[in-house]
Amino acid sequence: MKVRDIVTTLDGVLLTGEGLLDVDIQAACGADLMSDVMAFVKENVVLLTGLVNPQSIRTADLMDIRVVVYVRGKTPPKDMVAEAERNGMAVIATRYSMFLACGRLYEAGLRGGGTREPR
Amino acid sequence: MKLRYDVPGDDLSLAGKASAEVKRALGRLGVDPGAIKRAAVSMYEAEINMVIHGGGGVATAELSPERVVVVMEDSGPGIPDLDLAMQEGYSTAPEWIREMGFGAGMGLPNMKRNADELRIESEVGRGTKVTIVVAFGAAGGAEA
Ligand SMILES: Nc1ncnc2c1ncn2[C@@H]1O[C@H](COP(=O)(O)OP(=O)(O)O)[C@@H](O)[C@H]1O
Ligand SMILES: [Mg+2]
Repeated sequence: MKVRDIVTTLDGVLLTGEGLLDVDIQAACGADLMSDVMAFVKENVVLLTGLVNPQSIRTADLMDIRVVVYVRGKTPPKDMVAEAERNGMAVIATRYSMFLACGRLYEAGLRGGGTREPR
Repeated sequence: MKLRYDVPGDDLSLAGKASAEVKRALGRLGVDPGAIKRAAVSMYEAEINMVIHGGGGVATAELSPERVVVVMEDSGPGIPDLDLAMQEGYSTAPEWIREMGFGAGMGLPNMKRNADELRIESEVGRGTKVTIVVAFGAAGGAEA
């Protein structure tokens, strides 16, 4: 699924990352705990989160996650978007809740294959 | 090449900057991306710990063609029971830390999983020194 399709599926707003609109994303991970992201994400995924703080961008960057979606109508402040932009990431805001956003992406064909199974 | 960072203990919004810079330095050296990610994740968890539990401290990273050695040293409260602290899910982090997305008790286990070598020296009332070694050649890490 292309980043542009993620934006459409979530009725989202792309805050930065026009250059990534045609990048193909294979899997998704929804998490508010950044340590979970670091423990479980393996392949390049889109991260859905309700955690609007610089750590969400920084964690994503460290994990080579290039697309971050903020759910529940939360809009990250300008300096966070700027940090994402410097990192070459795409940031999307959607008014859908975590549940609905994940559900819509799943329905559209995204899966969770980029994450490690818990032991 | 040796990098050194002062990590302030009172500003969580800065936590992770040192790790991000080390990650970029490793990228410039052309290190294998898998090893870079393992180094970045373990250093980042240690950096966060140093800020939220250790009150800040000093981070150094020594980069060579074969490996990176990260040392994170704080003079915080120390870890009374290291075996307990190493367990997945164990955390003494307060609620507001959880609201920031941390404090799930996954940090030390994440570090162990990603580092080729993890050494923790800690003394109650004196501080904690965490040494992380990630080797570039080998497939490496407990994960592999
Ligand atoms: N640098 C440190 N100084 C003091 N205590 C620490 C330090 N690092 C870890 N700890 C202790 O070990 C526990 C587990 O750490 P960790 O696995 O990273 O989980 P978390 O940080 O989510 O609490 C912490 O809750 C804390 O009690
Ligand atoms: Mg931790």
